[in-house]
Formats: sequence, structure tokens, C-alpha cells
Amino acid sequence: MKWLASNYGLVWELMQAHIALCIPPILIGFLISIPIGWVANRYKLSRGVILLVLGLLYTIPSLPLFIFMPLVLGTPQLSSLNVVVALTIYAVALMVRSAADGLSSVDKDILQAASAMGYSGWQRFWRVELPLSGPVLLAGLRVVSASTVSLATIGSVIGVTSLGYLFINGLQRSIPGEVITGIVATLLIAVVFDLVLVLIGRLLLPWIRQDRTSARAARRRAVLIAEGAR
Amino acid sequence: MIEFRSVTKQFPDGTVAVEGFDLVIPPRKTTVLVGSSGCGKTTLLRMINRMIDPTSGSILIDGEDTGGLAPVKLRRRIGYVMQNSGLLPHRKVVDNVATVPVLNGVPKKEARAHALELLDTVGLDRSLADKYPRQLSGGQQQRVGVARGLAADPNILLMDEPFGAVDPIVRAELQQETIRLQEGLGKTVVFVTHDIDEAFLLGHQVVILQKGGHIAQVGTPAEILARPADDFVATFIGADKGKRVLRIQNVDGRDVVVDENGTPTGVLQS
Repeated sequence: MKWLASNYGLVWELMQAHIALCIPPILIGFLISIPIGWVANRYKLSRGVILLVLGLLYTIPSLPLFIFMPLVLGTPQLSSLNVVVALTIYAVALMVRSAADGLSSVDKDILQAASAMGYSGWQRFWRVELPLSGPVLLAGLRVVSASTVSLATIGSVIGVTSLGYLFINGLQRSIPGEVITGIVATLLIAVVFDLVLVLIGRLLLPWIRQDRTSARAARRRAVLIAEGAR
Repeated sequence: MIEFRSVTKQFPDGTVAVEGFDLVIPPRKTTVLVGSSGCGKTTLLRMINRMIDPTSGSILIDGEDTGGLAPVKLRRRIGYVMQNSGLLPHRKVVDNVATVPVLNGVPKKEARAHALELLDTVGLDRSLADKYPRQLSGGQQQRVGVARGLAADPNILLMDEPFGAVDPIVRAELQQETIRLQEGLGKTVVFVTHDIDEAFLLGHQVVILQKGGHIAQVGTPAEILARPADDFVATFIGADKGKRVLRIQNVDGRDVVVDENGTPTGVLQS
């Protein structure tokens, strides 16, 4: 605590840098994953191939990937773009499966009904398939968010500012307070991101909540009936 | 009027669902396609709004070949009610009913106002308008499905076993409601079921189908009862087992009608 009290400014600065580093990969990864997930879901063969390749992608160790990035992108060694692109790759690797699963989770009868109503293919995707795959997409995005927030710390090893600095510096100088602060701050960001995503989900997927409240009401009713029977 | 002209449908896996099918469906009446599973009745229904395209032959609506029409546009002017309602779970009841008018470009506010009126038409309380489909009972969902089918005021309403998944009491209610609506609105209704009693109850014209969409018999319920075309029809309507036979017993000088089990069902008036 004493360490934190005298370094509050630094921690706050690192937290801001960390957040700025994490948001683009999560958003861009999400946007890229939807069309890839759609293609994966569209054909049996493409699903197997795409999911396998992306699964392998996620197994690449992060440090080598961060170091490798400037060679591919032609960016300076210390550019935060290296970390952003690498984190986006991981986000896509994780998210495509959720996107494919989410799209395939939509009830085929409902899609048939939508077509019978006169939705064109394009309208049906945007107004029916995508919203209905929302719950699965959200679940996937929460995993991506947590993964990205934690992976971003490694960026500090190659000199891109993030909360990882506190781990490295704290270890080198044997300041446990600094390491613990780094861990707690990272966790805090992950939790806040998660809460924000859940909140967005509540706003965008209101029918899910209605579902749950009605389920709760049904349960309460069942309990009351059971009590009445006694 | 809907006309099938030697329509054949073979699916990519080789099954022939329908072969050389001819039928005229009269306007402003209810035609019921009835048969056991695999007789091609749903395939026939879905060919009317081009959810399925025939392999050969043509389907005409008021003399116009649907093969030359854009499927999406065609579907927006034909009502469709399916089993398990097929409502969009992420849309409120009122928005589900307003679906097709909104797709047709009617302003949302106007479409919603009209949707509320349609809830009245199908006997639903307006307080359900802001609920989501899953908060409704099966019977209520089915009514919303019917309201949605009627929303764009189509001339034709296709109903694909719409009451197959609701309990018998609710089904009986919905059947009466369907008769009332058809008479009141004068729609051409094409109804698919495997239940011959439902077919006789709802149909002005009943089409009994055998495997491969072969027509065993077409006629009014009375015509079919009076003269089943063959053993298949007799078996299908239950006439072979003495079902559908009513007898008259004279009791105290009045004619009492008894059913196949000898149970009195009513008094005959001349």
C-alpha cells in the first residue's frame, strides 16, 4: 500500500495506457470475426479448416509474436501497433469460434419463418441471425476481453507501455507491493471491461433479460404452488 | 385462385416429394391439404410462396406464373403461419405482428397501430403487445402468428399445421377462430394438417394426399364422407371401421341419432 500511495500517478498513467492498448483489439477482433464466423458456418468444409487454423493461431506464444510483428508490418520496434495487431490476431482466433457457434445456434425454424415473411438474405442476417446469436457472441466477447487485458501486459517486455511494466520493474527491484499493484490493477480493468460488456448486452439484448425474469417468475410461481399444496 | 399445373418436386437427395400434381384452389375458401407425414403436403404449401421451387411444372396465382416473380416480394404478399408460431424471439409481440408491413416500407408507427388492431382481431389483449413471444402461452403465440400472417392484408394465407403443437382445448378454440376469421375476411386459406377431423372442420375443399403428393380424393367434406373414392380414403377417414356412421333410433316417437359406439349424440329434426 505504501508503494501505491507514492506511485499513484504512475499506476493511473499505466492503467490508461493499458486500456488504450486493449480496446482496439477487442473491437476490431469482434468486427473481423463476424464475417469469418459466417463463412465458417456457411459450409461444412470451411468450418473445419477455419476453426483449425485459428485454433492453432491462438497457440502461438505471445512474446515471439510481438517480436515478430515489426518484421511483418514494417513498424518500429517500440510501436504499440505491434501489440495491437498481435492482440487482434488472438482476439480473432478466439472470437471466430464464438461467432460461428453463435450463428449456428439460431433456430432453423425461426430463419425459415423469417424467409417466409419476406426478409431478403441480407435483411435476415442483420435483423434476425445476428441479434439472435447475440448471447453466444457476448459470451465469446467476454472471454476475448479478459484474454486481451491479460495478454497486453506482456507488451511491456518489448517496451510497449502497459501495466506489465509494474510486474517487470517490481520483480527486478524486488518490490512486492509494485507487483501486487500490477496484478490488482490488471484484474480491475478486466472486471470493469466485463461489467461494461454485460451492461451493453443488457441494453442490446433486452429479450434475454425478459426471458430470465419470466423464468424467475415461473420459478416463484412454482414455489408458491408447491407451498400451497402443502 | 391458385393453380398447380403438373408440378413435380425432386429434392437434391433424390426423394420425389411431389409428382405431376394438378390442383385448383378456389379463391376466398379454405382448402385443406391432408395426409400422413411424407405425403408432400408441406412441400406443396411452400411451393406457393416459393420457399421451395418446383423441379418442373408451374404454379399460378390469379393466372400469373409465380416462377416469374421475385420470391421475396411474392412472400410479402402471402400470409404464412407455421407450427410453433415461428415468431422472432427478440421482437416484441407488436413488432412481430408489424414485421411484414415494415418490410413493405410502412412507417413503423403506423404499422404498430395497425398491429394493435390485429391483436383485437385474433382475440388477444392489447396488454400483450409489449411482451416477448416466450412470455406468452403456446395458444397465444399461435394467435400472434395468425395476426402476423394477416398484417399485410394478403389475399392468401398459408397455414402449415399451425395448431399441431397446442393442447386439444386450445386447438379447438383456434380452429373456431380460424373459421370465423376466414368467413369474416374472405381470405383464400390453404391449410396443411395430418388430422382428418381438422380438415373436415375447416375445409370447404379437402384434398386427401397419398405418398408422393398423389391426390387420393378432392371434394367437400360431405362429398368425401358420402363417397370415399377408394379403400385408402375410407381407411384414412376411418369409414372402414364404422367410424363416421351415425344411426337413428326411435325413442318415444322421436328420432335419436347414435354414433358408432351406440352413444346418443342428438335428436334428428325434419
